[in-house]
Amino acid sequence: MTPTVPLREESMAKPASTAASRVRHWLSGLSTSGRVGLALVILWLVLGAAGPLLAPYDVGAFVSPEVFDGMSTRHWLGSDYLGRDVLSRLLSGAQYTVGLALASALLASATGAGLALTATVSPRWVDEVISRFMDTLISIPSKVFALVLVAAFGSSLALLLLIAAATYTPGAFRIARALAINLNQMDYVQVAYARGEGRLYIATAEIMPNMIHPVLADFGLRFVFIVLLLSGLSFLGLGVQPPNADLGSLVRENISGLGDGALAILAPAMAIATLTIGVNLLIDALPGRGRRITGGR
Amino acid sequence: MGAAQDHVQVSGLRITAPAAGGQETPIVSDVDFTIPRGQVLALIGESGSGKTSIAQALMGYARGGCRIAGGGVRVGDTEILTLDASQLRTVRGSRIAYVAQSAASAFNLSRTIMDQVVETAVGRGLISRPAAEAKAVSLFRALALPQPEAIGGRYVHQLSGGQLQRLMAAMALMTDPELVILDEPTTALDVTTQIDVLRAFKRVVRQQGATALYVSHDLAVVAQVADRIVVLQRGRIREAGDATQVLERPADIYTRTLMAAARPPAQASPQRPAPQQAPPLLEVRGLTAGYGRVEAGVPKIPVLRDVTLSIAKGTTLGVIGESGSGKSTLARVIAGLVAPAGGQVLFQGQPLAPTLSGRTREQFQRIQLVFQNADTALNPAHTVSRILGRPLAFYHGMDGRARNRRVAELLDLTQLPAGLADRHCGELSGGQKQRVNLARALAADPHLILCDEVTSALDTVVGTAILDLLAELRRELDLSYLFISHDISTVRAICDDIAVLYAGQKVEMGPRNGFGDAPVHPYTDLLIGSVPEMRRGWLEEKEMAATLPPLATAQSANLCCFLPRCAARVEGLCDRLPPPRIVLGGGNELLCHHDGQALQHLQRGRQSAISP
Ligand SMILES: Nc1ncnc2c1ncn2[C@@H]1O[C@H](COP(=O)(O)OP(=O)(O)OP(=O)(O)O)[C@@H](O)[C@H]1O
Ligand code: SF4
Ligand SMILES: [Mg+2]
Repeated sequence: MTPTVPLREESMAKPASTAASRVRHWLSGLSTSGRVGLALVILWLVLGAAGPLLAPYDVGAFVSPEVFDGMSTRHWLGSDYLGRDVLSRLLSGAQYTVGLALASALLASATGAGLALTATVSPRWVDEVISRFMDTLISIPSKVFALVLVAAFGSSLALLLLIAAATYTPGAFRIARALAINLNQMDYVQVAYARGEGRLYIATAEIMPNMIHPVLADFGLRFVFIVLLLSGLSFLGLGVQPPNADLGSLVRENISGLGDGALAILAPAMAIATLTIGVNLLIDALPGRGRRITGGR
Repeated sequence: MGAAQDHVQVSGLRITAPAAGGQETPIVSDVDFTIPRGQVLALIGESGSGKTSIAQALMGYARGGCRIAGGGVRVGDTEILTLDASQLRTVRGSRIAYVAQSAASAFNLSRTIMDQVVETAVGRGLISRPAAEAKAVSLFRALALPQPEAIGGRYVHQLSGGQLQRLMAAMALMTDPELVILDEPTTALDVTTQIDVLRAFKRVVRQQGATALYVSHDLAVVAQVADRIVVLQRGRIREAGDATQVLERPADIYTRTLMAAARPPAQASPQRPAPQQAPPLLEVRGLTAGYGRVEAGVPKIPVLRDVTLSIAKGTTLGVIGESGSGKSTLARVIAGLVAPAGGQVLFQGQPLAPTLSGRTREQFQRIQLVFQNADTALNPAHTVSRILGRPLAFYHGMDGRARNRRVAELLDLTQLPAGLADRHCGELSGGQKQRVNLARALAADPHLILCDEVTSALDTVVGTAILDLLAELRRELDLSYLFISHDISTVRAICDDIAVLYAGQKVEMGPRNGFGDAPVHPYTDLLIGSVPEMRRGWLEEKEMAATLPPLATAQSANLCCFLPRCAARVEGLCDRLPPPRIVLGGGNELLCHHDGQALQHLQRGRQSAISP
């Protein structure tokens, strides 16, 4: 016989869950590495938002006679290859990297997943059209693509965001489509079709919740790629325009200090590392915890 | 003296699994048994009773995270649990062999069977390659595999499940092991295949003089092969003893429960509605269906061929057939998930649109589908109350309190505790999941429920409870079922009418009483005769199926689909003309060249395996 333990008390004793208690509950379910990730992500979000206000000097100001200077009370993180204050440049760079990379990774993953869901629940030809379009997009080299667009429209943050998103959308789409197509064959989805449910409901309520975790993991990876892409574009002069710089370009422009282990290169490198690791730690600890995700693996 | 005779001795065995908070929970406690040399001991119990854990402990193995916490295992003169890893490896491949439930996953897809069968023996230098191959061929022959000389050259995808299971046994027996452990080796097979495999196992294990441990949840199967039986429940021994004694005079109440569950008694059908003038609830006419593109009325992968059925209101139609015969496809076509290539489905006299988009909300609501595997039929991201609440909102527009109240009623109706509502389905047991699965169908207020193998994934005791529930719901709610199963005794227990599918064709259909005794269609006869009976010696009494001579003429599409396997076929008739549809005295309608009298005569010797 199936065990029929009365569980009534449990469900009745459940307190009316306020937002605060729900957050606390959610936190308590997070693993240690997940909490470390959360802390790092929050730290970088705050620095990204408030960075320029906290910066002691102007981004472009030449404030130190020494290049590649070490730590000092005047310049906490030393100076860079032109004698500018590293801390100030880092705080300003965080804004671009966090803002731009996060926004374009979000855009890429959301578009990819959205199109994948559409392709999965729609008639065959819609899937064909979307898939062929994505194949075309993925076959254009991203740097050339960027070059053409920047040449045509001139560099701007909005354009960079679009370029980065367009570059990584096809990959996100492919992964999400593979997941969604598998889930679409699951019995519970077939039952929903047989119940007469509409496509929108099936995509959002039945399929999406079960692909959210792998899609988030994929998002973490794309975020890292986009940080790298942006710094690559800056190196070519297509990215964030000087004297402003994102974290990736800070690493690149100070590359000559690598031999001396200069703070000017270590600091932004560490910044990128903690940011990307933080994002990935947090994502790995997110939903799906303890619950089995059936299929789609 | 006992120690000298007993080949295998297990004493005080304890196995633990890790639990929350670094604790350990026992999964097997204080298990003692012995197996005399050359005998077969069966371990039986429900899923989760620790059968496989004990079987693996005999090889000194504990699966992921589990630990053998105490006790001893002696095989011959060797204390297994004191061996180190490399000694264990030597013992495992040669002196102790293991045959798992799913042979298909044990073979490598890209190498020939022969390579893999001789690998261990040759690799350890026990025997030369040519000698090993000769030995393998003789084992293939002993295991009654077709073309024993050539079968070793094939690959996994060219073999059936039953053949793979036997090949795996051959692989295990290559090193002349003194102990063979068989873990549910026939559970995944059709009854008609199971009987051949059982027979082959039994003969070969006996020929080799090996001692065997046979793990199963099916008492009737165990009755055929075991000398001794150990009954387990939750990791403890409930009863142990000689097989005849346990089967005929079970001392323990739990053993009796198991035996009762193994053969469900026929449920009295509620007063069968008098044949009315009204059209039947569901009618399937000349249905042809399959998968892939349809060309000239035939799909690329044809599955169902010209199937005609009907279900009257308030009755249950059982559909039986082997794996791959098209049972699930039939349910999918009725539900609108697969479009038919030909024929018609009528519901309450109205033709149903072939695809989902042409059906009305009312039609969706009245026909509900319940899948075999509750693990995949419930969305793991949703709670029970959301799963049950959706059809309530969708069909009946219920929300808020009314919906919660109805969810609670549905849980109650399916005998589930109300506290389950907030749980995710990953936190439910197999039986509970299947009840939620059923409750979701009931939430729609259906007239017809399509039940696809609803009890096949459950062990017998839990499965019987679900069958009881189905019968009760039917009485209370005036439901009709299309009940799909590969197990004829289950179908006989709860259905009013039965249809038999073979290779996508309906070869026989009639009221269930027509299936108790001869005459029936030759395929039905084979199905019924292959269900093991719960007594010793049944397997020996069953005469070997005569090996049929190969067919002279190539099979054409119109001929009887059962022709290649039919023992009753008439040369010159069955292989020339399509079989006519005949009606027997008991009301059974079947496709065969023989008439009732001839079939009666052919099947006279058969005892009814399933009459209550
Ligand atoms: N989506 C599909 N595409 C192609 N072929 C399929 C598909 N689904 C099933 N089949 C094939 O159709 C045939 C009938 O399958 P079906 O699932 O109806 O059998 P079944 O009687 O339910 O078997 P079982 O007892 O194993 O569940 C099989 O040969 C199967 O391989
Ligand atoms: S028609 Fe012939 S081959 Fe087919 S079931 Fe009848 S006797 Fe057997
Ligand atoms: Mg099936």
